[in-house]
Amino acid sequence: MLTADSIPSTSFDAAAFEQFLATRTEPAWVTDLRRGAYETYRELVATELDPEEWKRVDIRAFRPEKFAIPVASQSAAAFGTLLADRAEFAGVVSHVDGNCSRATLAEKWTKQGVLFGNLSEMVQLHGDVLRPHLLTSAVKPETDRFSAWHAAFWTGGTVLYVPRNVQVTEPLYSLIGLAAEGAADFSHTLIILEEGASATLLEETSSASPKSTGLHVGAVELLLAPRSNLRYVQLQNWNDKVWHFAHQAGRVDRDASLQWTVAGLGAKLAHIHQDVFLDGKGAAAEVNGVTFATERQVISYYTQQTHNAPNTRSDLLYKDVVRDRARCIWRGMIKVAKDAQKTDGYQRNDSLLMSEECRADAIPGLEIEADDVRCTHGATCGRVDEEQLFYCMCRGLKRSEAMHMIVEGFFQRVYDRIPVEIVRETLGQAVERKLGIGGE
Amino acid sequence: MSSLLKITDLHVSVDEKPILKGVSLEIRQGEIHALMGPNGSGKSTLAYTLVGHPKYEITSGTIEVDGAPLNDLDPCERARLGLFLAFQYPVTIPGVKVADFLRHAVTNIRNPARKEGEGLIPMRDFRKELKERMEGLGMDVEFARRYLNEGFSGGEKKRMEILQLAMLQPKFAILDETDSGLDSDAVRVVSEGLQKLAGPQMGVLIITHHERLLEYNVPQFTHVMLAGKIVETGDASLAHELHNHGYATVRQRHPTEAAEEQEREKTAPAATAVR
Repeated sequence: MLTADSIPSTSFDAAAFEQFLATRTEPAWVTDLRRGAYETYRELVATELDPEEWKRVDIRAFRPEKFAIPVASQSAAAFGTLLADRAEFAGVVSHVDGNCSRATLAEKWTKQGVLFGNLSEMVQLHGDVLRPHLLTSAVKPETDRFSAWHAAFWTGGTVLYVPRNVQVTEPLYSLIGLAAEGAADFSHTLIILEEGASATLLEETSSASPKSTGLHVGAVELLLAPRSNLRYVQLQNWNDKVWHFAHQAGRVDRDASLQWTVAGLGAKLAHIHQDVFLDGKGAAAEVNGVTFATERQVISYYTQQTHNAPNTRSDLLYKDVVRDRARCIWRGMIKVAKDAQKTDGYQRNDSLLMSEECRADAIPGLEIEADDVRCTHGATCGRVDEEQLFYCMCRGLKRSEAMHMIVEGFFQRVYDRIPVEIVRETLGQAVERKLGIGGE
Repeated sequence: MSSLLKITDLHVSVDEKPILKGVSLEIRQGEIHALMGPNGSGKSTLAYTLVGHPKYEITSGTIEVDGAPLNDLDPCERARLGLFLAFQYPVTIPGVKVADFLRHAVTNIRNPARKEGEGLIPMRDFRKELKERMEGLGMDVEFARRYLNEGFSGGEKKRMEILQLAMLQPKFAILDETDSGLDSDAVRVVSEGLQKLAGPQMGVLIITHHERLLEYNVPQFTHVMLAGKIVETGDASLAHELHNHGYATVRQRHPTEAAEEQEREKTAPAATAVR
């Protein structure tokens, strides 16, 4: 457990914060937001983290002072990306070490009022659009030390705004890269869909080098107005030296629909607090998770599906494979408010263990205050089935090849739910690569 | 020269309990053998042992193909040498498409030196071959896209085993009650399928309680197992006799084994195959 005295922070202390503010050119409301968040951060960093969320995640080895926000980023850094070259994207936003290195959007979408670009610039140019949403309703700075830390220090990030009834039919792409040794990335992803709008954003994280250490303290905010439709994918593919902490939240209003896919492949330790709020009648969210942890990786999720309105639906399926001495942790919760009658909530986590030393913890949970709901949850955890291996071997597959095939089959169920083909392909190949096969 | 699968004085235990007590059998490519016997006599144990199931421990005796011992080979190596078992209870592999599974299997069997990650047989050739084989067995080609045995009916699973047999063209095929649990139409399809496949290049060991499979695939040899031993070997007429009259006369002719069988049933429920 982190305690206050374990963080003799130099890079994030009050002087550093003032220095950081001096580098920013921002409207007063942003600066005020940061100052408030920084105060909260100082308080919360001395407060124990919520044991319900953190008791299985050991971050005693985490040393914030070893990381700093780079002043200028190496925009020339080359990233091995999984998604970048796979499709024609309507727009691309790239960040390296928290600073935007590229932002494009096809003219046909800018003409319709779509905004896609860098948060640092957007708060200056489109403050009126962003202000009601930035760190106000989806991710709140006061939630815990990580949300506050992020809210004080965010440097940039990807903003997508789609006006009323505009359907962005081509996918958009966002890259969050870490390059410099010891760099801290505080990227923020903010997606705002107005009523009846729709869009697809594919986002990935990547390290320029397999060796450099890094830190990501991120936030993702997805705001769906009535009848809007968002497909959002985040593929976390850092090297295994990166600490990844993130608050990610979606708010889904009346008759809107969110399809959210998270993949956790990289990081030394990743902990994601993922919230889905079904706020309006008829709102729906489907959440897919693909996690593959190897070596000594720790990948942890704390997911909540909160039903605040009647006739809402949420459906979460996480599949994780753990190998070597790695560890996966999933703590899930469905919350149903008193008025959220006719809620249909589902959550399921399946873990597959590939070695003797690995470990997976899955703890589903329900908190239901309404009386007319259908909520189900489930979790399975098991080793690769010996009879399946035997059967495959009887057909000429070596034990390891059979194991790999069974693992890929295990993930297939969640791939089948992912609506974007290139994401399915990408994940399949990323898993193969991690298994040590394919890649030609 | 045709290959020879030679089993010599095979003793096999499961969880340290002896099941096979000295089985000897020779099967040449091109021959059809029927293996019959009451429940618990060790037929499925022999089948699983031949393909190398880790639960079945060979305590003595040998299994050889053309003089090379298989005892220490794993199931994959045995498959690549040309052994095939059509499972009595085919295993479901969730999320793995029939076509993907078979493409890997076929590549490995045809190129036994292949290592994981090395090239697979060309997709176009494979698809063509698979389609032909499926049509030959009266299977809907859509099955190729389904997940292996997931949600398949009993008949569909057995047909899938025969499809795999057709694609892999083993030197030696062991069919473990491939006709059990099927309606008569399905038995006919499977029997005809096997009839088309079996030829001079395939030695077949058919484990069965029924006669139908043997009508289409007339065995040159019929073996009867009792209490872990092959007690009699005859021709097709022996299978016919057993089918009509059961095992009572066999037990009379082999009182020692019959007594062992009775003893065993008293101490433990009949050994059942791994499911």
